[in-house]
Amino acid sequence: MKFSEKWLRELVNPAINTQALVDQITMAGLEVDDVESVARDFSGVIVGEILTAEQHPDADKLQVCTVTDGNEIYQVVCGAPNARAGLKTAYATVGALLPTPEGGEFKIKKAKLRGVESFGMLCAEDELGISEDHGGIMELAADAPVGTCIRDYLNLNDKVIDVDLTPNRGDCLSLKGLAREVGVLNKAPVTFVDIQPVAPTIDDTFSVTLEAPAACPRYLGRVIRNVNMAAASPLWMVEKLRRSGIRSIDPVVDVTNYVLLELGQPLHAFDLNKLAGSIQVRMPEAGEKLTLLDGNEVALNTDTLVIADDNGPVAMAGIFGGDSTGVTTESQDIFLECAFFDQIAIAGKARAYGLHTDASHRYERGVDWQLQHQAIERTTQLLLDIVGGDAGPVTEAVSEEFLPEARTVTLRHSKVNAMLAFDMPAAEIEEILIRLGMQIEKAADASWTVAIPSYRFDISIEVDLIEELARVYGYNNLPVKLPTSALPFTPNDESQVGIHDLRRTLISFGYQEAITYSFIESGLQKLFDDQYEALALANPISAEMAVMRTTIWPGLVKALQYNQNRQQSRVRLFETGQRFLPINDELVQENVLAGLLSGARDPESWTGKSSPVDFFDIKRDIEAILNLGGAGDQYRFVADKHVALHPGQTARIDRAGEVVGFVGALHPSLIKKLDLNGPVFLFELSLESLLQGHVARFSELSKFPESRRDLALIVDEATAYDTVRQITVENAGEYLKQVTLFDVYQGQGIEVGRKSLALGLTWQHPSRTLNEEEINSAVQSVVSALNIGAGATLRD
Amino acid sequence: MENMISLLEQAGAAVAAANSVQELDQVRVDYLGKKGPLTALRKGLGKLTAEERPAAGAKINEVVQQVSDQINARKALLEAAALEMKLASETIDVTMPGRGQHLGGLHPVTKTLERIESFFAGIGYSVAEGPEIEDDYHNFEALNIPSHHPARAMHDTFYFNANTLLRTHTSGVQVRTMETQQPPIRIICPGRVYRCDYDQTHSPMFHQVEGLLIDKNISFADLKGTLEQFLREFFEEDVKVRFRPSYFPFTEPSIEVDIDRGDGKWLEVLGCGMVHPKVFEMSGIDPEEYTGFAFGMGVERLAMLRYGVNDLRLFFENDLRFLGQFN
Repeated sequence: MKFSEKWLRELVNPAINTQALVDQITMAGLEVDDVESVARDFSGVIVGEILTAEQHPDADKLQVCTVTDGNEIYQVVCGAPNARAGLKTAYATVGALLPTPEGGEFKIKKAKLRGVESFGMLCAEDELGISEDHGGIMELAADAPVGTCIRDYLNLNDKVIDVDLTPNRGDCLSLKGLAREVGVLNKAPVTFVDIQPVAPTIDDTFSVTLEAPAACPRYLGRVIRNVNMAAASPLWMVEKLRRSGIRSIDPVVDVTNYVLLELGQPLHAFDLNKLAGSIQVRMPEAGEKLTLLDGNEVALNTDTLVIADDNGPVAMAGIFGGDSTGVTTESQDIFLECAFFDQIAIAGKARAYGLHTDASHRYERGVDWQLQHQAIERTTQLLLDIVGGDAGPVTEAVSEEFLPEARTVTLRHSKVNAMLAFDMPAAEIEEILIRLGMQIEKAADASWTVAIPSYRFDISIEVDLIEELARVYGYNNLPVKLPTSALPFTPNDESQVGIHDLRRTLISFGYQEAITYSFIESGLQKLFDDQYEALALANPISAEMAVMRTTIWPGLVKALQYNQNRQQSRVRLFETGQRFLPINDELVQENVLAGLLSGARDPESWTGKSSPVDFFDIKRDIEAILNLGGAGDQYRFVADKHVALHPGQTARIDRAGEVVGFVGALHPSLIKKLDLNGPVFLFELSLESLLQGHVARFSELSKFPESRRDLALIVDEATAYDTVRQITVENAGEYLKQVTLFDVYQGQGIEVGRKSLALGLTWQHPSRTLNEEEINSAVQSVVSALNIGAGATLRD
Repeated sequence: MENMISLLEQAGAAVAAANSVQELDQVRVDYLGKKGPLTALRKGLGKLTAEERPAAGAKINEVVQQVSDQINARKALLEAAALEMKLASETIDVTMPGRGQHLGGLHPVTKTLERIESFFAGIGYSVAEGPEIEDDYHNFEALNIPSHHPARAMHDTFYFNANTLLRTHTSGVQVRTMETQQPPIRIICPGRVYRCDYDQTHSPMFHQVEGLLIDKNISFADLKGTLEQFLREFFEEDVKVRFRPSYFPFTEPSIEVDIDRGDGKWLEVLGCGMVHPKVFEMSGIDPEEYTGFAFGMGVERLAMLRYGVNDLRLFFENDLRFLGQFN
């Protein structure tokens, strides 16, 4: 909420400067966002009156004006189209100092414009730093006193304070509320506006029925006849509204806006002659529509309270007035509404229509339910002062049982002390509560019964009062300590691999951690996953961030693209995060680790040109992390297919029959489509599986020598090494320690379609030396099993 | 005798002339070998009388010893020189870069998260995590933010449908912890959170660490102490910290914490407060018996302040030139 500092100081004027005031209310929980001068510094600008305005002889867009300061007449050349005889405007006299947009100032001198002398300048608002408006020179009121300093006339030595109020402090959405708070903080007296009832001069009333009394328990109305809509709002009012960011519209709207700012009570004025029959405050019937004051027609939800006349809805209660019954320049008689709408009835309703108004903002946060009589009298008085007319009596439709109840809260001294960790003297507690407008009654057991003022919607339980005490006492004046508590051991499951270890292992392999968005573009998502239909956001921020990823790969590949476009050819990235899998009717949010590898195997170096990475580089990295928990032997790599991967370079990774991930080369068609430099290798693994290792278990070391035999086998090209390895392990006897693939060869000397695998087999017995025959027999059974099971022959 | 002196001189000259270990070996053979003059002299001892023999033998031995010493000394010298030459030939440019893989690094957000986690782990907090796609109840209702509450407008929520949304904070994890665990509770909840807002200072996705401590007799003073200490440890500076009244539906009193790192400017760094009794009640904890505090901080914001990063969007572009600065 924006407000004029001068206005506030009319109500409460502590002896502190603007900065101190701003700091003070900020530290009381009313955070000041911004403080701006109402106008930039300038001098020598007065109210001038244009006597004549003639076309410049040599310039189409210029006029030659004669302007008076009340004493003398000056010739001023002006480019503004609205310069005209009789207009009162801001006149910068010769010698005036005006602000420049860059923050400096310049002096107005006598000048010649296209051959015509000009003594001074007529100013637009932006030229004085009052607003950004450069639509023309300022149009001052007809009664503006010619010759007066414009700073005095417009009361420009003022600051606009913009306070960002939290939703609980609806009571401060008015000058009255802010003044009350500043009074509390400074122990300063507050001069509230003296409001006297306006005696009716006519008997006219308009009937109001409350059909939804829970939503609207109180509705005050008043007829005012014979208003003069041609009257202008007074300058002081227009200026105060402007400083609160509200544009002057017409005197009736201005007055209701003024009272909204002054007291915090939204009001609405209808054109009485456009209302049919009577007013009902009710819920809309299905299908009812309303054209709002801004000209938009809305279909009313049945939960939106409306003001209706006999023909249908005429206003969205507490939110927005209707167009057909609004006050216009032709209006003669008006009907003033001043109601108390229930907070819950209004809350969230405006948002449902994409609306947010000053009225809805206040009703949602709570309007003082005892304020309506004062507000309607104040409004009436201001209206009569400006537009004249005859006021009827105030009529009140009220449903007492639905009005909020006066609240009392019990406050225990012991709770105050426990929460704030010090012994706050009872006298100080009482003093603060009284300053806050509470009525207190002390009980024998060191507690108080506190009556909460009707404007404090935010206080309903004890801790709310403790917050008030802390706030007024000053959060920073309260004691500081560290919690003390028993220190239990925290469990440390050794079979779990730490995610930190995973990250650091990949870092040691040269991977850089990335963080990509969890929501991605739908088309990209589909390129990487043909299995799941990604969950779409109902209100995405853009098409690029529209669906929840079912794999991290698209994000990593986009990051690769970004870096390749910036001359980074060697890219290794990993990311940990959730992927979102809609599996049947359920959403599985799975933590995964994904990585991407592209570019040269080694960084560019004097040691020689490095080859590009291949599948076995990324596989090495995966094997290392699969092994971190010591459970690497539980995983199997199985040739498989994946929509995003090269059909001949894809492995599914299984653990105990469950798929835990995929690794492979990005499909060449995707590389082309995404305009990447390939090849690119990717992996994605379930984090849950990765983190599950086991606790190490010692086995006795053998003191006896190992025996090794090397086998050179020839198998079909398509035979998987894993098959060969498994057959070998199954047939080499129980003392086999290790199988190593130490060479793979295809080419000269090997039949086309076949390949040579060189295996090293190592045996060791725990308690004796294995003899030659035992080894030979093991080798023999391996060779014959491989021959049967994998079509393997020994190489000559 | 003279013969021997001249022999010694000759041998000395030959040793000095030898320029390699091989040449020196030849000198050894020439003078001390079986066919050498000294062996011949030794053989001639038999011709001497028994009285003459010891002195002459000793003289020969002395010469043999001297020649041998000269050879050994020369050998050591030659070997040292040869080693030196070999070593010189093996000299490398040690200023050239090492071979192979460079290290990668953690993302600055993770780096910051890990630091925050380690501070709190050190004082007994454990890490709790939860789903990023949340239901309305855990993100709002259970935190005393009913559907009509104006505070919902502060959250700019991404929705999937009326009941399912992307969490706007990690507070849902706190709720889930309170639902399943009785106090004392001491947790931090790090993770991604989402708000429908995108400009220079807002990212639709960012990271938060929230913390929750519930125990008997936890006061406002404990909250102030914990966060003040944390901020000083985090920045490794004696930052000025101020506590400003604010409003969150799930805490009462509620606080925003600002820091001043010496330039007189207050920067908002985190929000916190004492857990609201309604939140306790909804999660089945007795607010008369227990009190507690909760806090939440934006990780990117802390990382920006800590490392001087000036644009929030850099964190999610994954430019290697940016990421590499934090390795």
